[in-house]
Amino acid sequence: MEKFETLTGIAASLLQENINTDAIIPVPWIVNYGRDLGQGLFGGWRYDLAGKENPDFVLNRAPFRQAKILLAGRNFGCGSSREEAVWALLGFGIRCVIAPSFGDIFFENSFKNSLLPVAMDATDIAALAQDPKFAAEPILSVDLRQRRVGIPGGSTSVEFSIAEGRRQALLSGLDHIGSTLVYSADIAAFQAKDRPRRPWIYRPSATKAG
Amino acid sequence: MTTATSATTTAARTLLDRIWDDHVVRRLDDGTDLLHVDRHLVHEVTSPRAFDGLRRRGIRVHSPELTFAVVDHIVATSTDRTDGTNPAGLPFIQMLRRNCAEFGVTHFDIDDRRQGIVHVVGPELGIDLPGCTLVCGDSHTATNGGLGSLAWGIGASEVEHVLATQTIRQRKPKQMRIRFEGKLAAGVSAKDMILYVIGRLGTAAGQGHMVEYAGPAISRLSIDERLTICNMSIELGARAGLIAPDEATFAYLSGREFAPSGAAWDTALAYWRTLRTDDDARFDRESAIDCGKIGPQVTWGTSPQDVISVDEPVPLPSDAADPVRRAAIERALSYTGVTPGKPLLGQEIDYAFIGSCTNGRLSDLAAAAAVARGRKVPPGVRAMVVPGSTQVRQAAIAAGLDKIFIEAGFEWRAAGCSMCVAGNGDVVPPKKRCIATSNRNFEGRQGPGSRTHLASPASVAAAAVSGRIVDVRTMLGN
Repeated sequence: MEKFETLTGIAASLLQENINTDAIIPVPWIVNYGRDLGQGLFGGWRYDLAGKENPDFVLNRAPFRQAKILLAGRNFGCGSSREEAVWALLGFGIRCVIAPSFGDIFFENSFKNSLLPVAMDATDIAALAQDPKFAAEPILSVDLRQRRVGIPGGSTSVEFSIAEGRRQALLSGLDHIGSTLVYSADIAAFQAKDRPRRPWIYRPSATKAG
Repeated sequence: MTTATSATTTAARTLLDRIWDDHVVRRLDDGTDLLHVDRHLVHEVTSPRAFDGLRRRGIRVHSPELTFAVVDHIVATSTDRTDGTNPAGLPFIQMLRRNCAEFGVTHFDIDDRRQGIVHVVGPELGIDLPGCTLVCGDSHTATNGGLGSLAWGIGASEVEHVLATQTIRQRKPKQMRIRFEGKLAAGVSAKDMILYVIGRLGTAAGQGHMVEYAGPAISRLSIDERLTICNMSIELGARAGLIAPDEATFAYLSGREFAPSGAAWDTALAYWRTLRTDDDARFDRESAIDCGKIGPQVTWGTSPQDVISVDEPVPLPSDAADPVRRAAIERALSYTGVTPGKPLLGQEIDYAFIGSCTNGRLSDLAAAAAVARGRKVPPGVRAMVVPGSTQVRQAAIAAGLDKIFIEAGFEWRAAGCSMCVAGNGDVVPPKKRCIATSNRNFEGRQGPGSRTHLASPASVAAAAVSGRIVDVRTMLGN
């Protein structure tokens, strides 16, 4: 996995609550195998039904076409487990989402792909968004080492909390599967001990094919 | 985002504590537990990258005998379907077939008598069992918790992790209990119960939690109904929801194809009877619901929490004090095109969809057929019944339900996710209004620009034969 240490870039605001993963990446992009998911990011809002760009949508406007950070409302990424939501954000170029809270599965998926979800109070998000420097030039700087989000050259800077294990995994670019394969002996030992205790788990009745 | 609290520090344990403790392979120093996964269910859309990942690493599926695959999301539901009926689905069908053959995974393919929606198939085949840990790359995996398993949805990277290691790294969630007291009125079902809870508590209430549903009204539910309740845990924001197993659970499982039998059944049963929450166990959050207050629920907006009883008025934006909430109501009203301040009664519909992992089981189809019997879907309305599995379809045919639906003007289709996720060609066109037994009324969920009202199977059947949203309680006992 790619490391995440710091990120400075344009931040787009989409401050609605409950933005679900169907909105982040609609099904038509997912079931069209091999399609560029970054193109489909917020597809239902970014394009009209004929496929033409909606000029009012934030990511269709300069400078937000180059956004690397997204500010969002509470419960961002609720709904479907589709990891394509994370891949679509990354495909567009967004590597950090700052919101008051996140859907549990989206939150987990983000860490598996080096996309940083920053959980931050709505008042702190508003303080960032309303800083005059940010209003003039919407750039944020995210420092995972210091756990801070700030405005380059501005006065607002907010500390955020993150589980230390998650932070270290991002900083080191941890290979999640590789790091569990290290425990292969523990897994084998668990199954060996569990098998006589719960034999029915390990022998699903085999029957002939349908 | 959330961390475990004190629920396990006392001797009294919850059902979730018991299952959790029995599955810890190792406590890791990053604050997670490495949990053994007893059952891994795989479907065609969230698995291709995971199998590719195994190939890249040059490793096999760790425990193929604990892994089961099925095609459901992108399969066509026409009764003469083939691999290519839905052209976009073809590569997914082929990839899953190839991956299962290469890695030795049991696969219920498109023409298998056991094919169906993954969360319908798991319980009905006895793959899902009380006290087991079960994961699947799909957010509605919590459905399986209706049998008393700890079941939750995972992302594609986690699918790969489970295939590779038969374990998952998991932070212990907070725990929430929702007790259902009182009796349901006629015409009100498990779907109305869970929609009502989501409406009252909100779609983020369960964030960071797993939920146990309990109380006398839960004990009285059939297994199909318990699966419906647990199914929509994710719409409450919770990754998992579960119900303690009881005699009804054991009777349901007995004789199922992959359930234990003989001596193994007796050993399992003795263990399953220990799976309960201690009377003095503590939860991080508790709620109580009076079932007597629940009427037939219908959603008016674009989140499952946007739900009211069919005879209640749609909210006004001015009802909300919070400006973010007010903006959300305005946006939802504008999208769904319903009138604030008035009930949904009489709202004309274009489509009716009966099916999905929420309400695609035999008792759901029976409840819908009881309303549809002897009535007719009016011209201009397209009504579809999509059984949750091929076995459900066959059982419904054996019970004569197919004839009732066909005579009433419904399409009687083959099993799959269909119009719930609209990934298989079954879509609601832009601006068209669909009443559906599925679980999500998000913008564009049933197709770009589609408008969705979620309701119970009986309510959807009632609307289908009326051409408009009606109070199913006025149509009972025909």
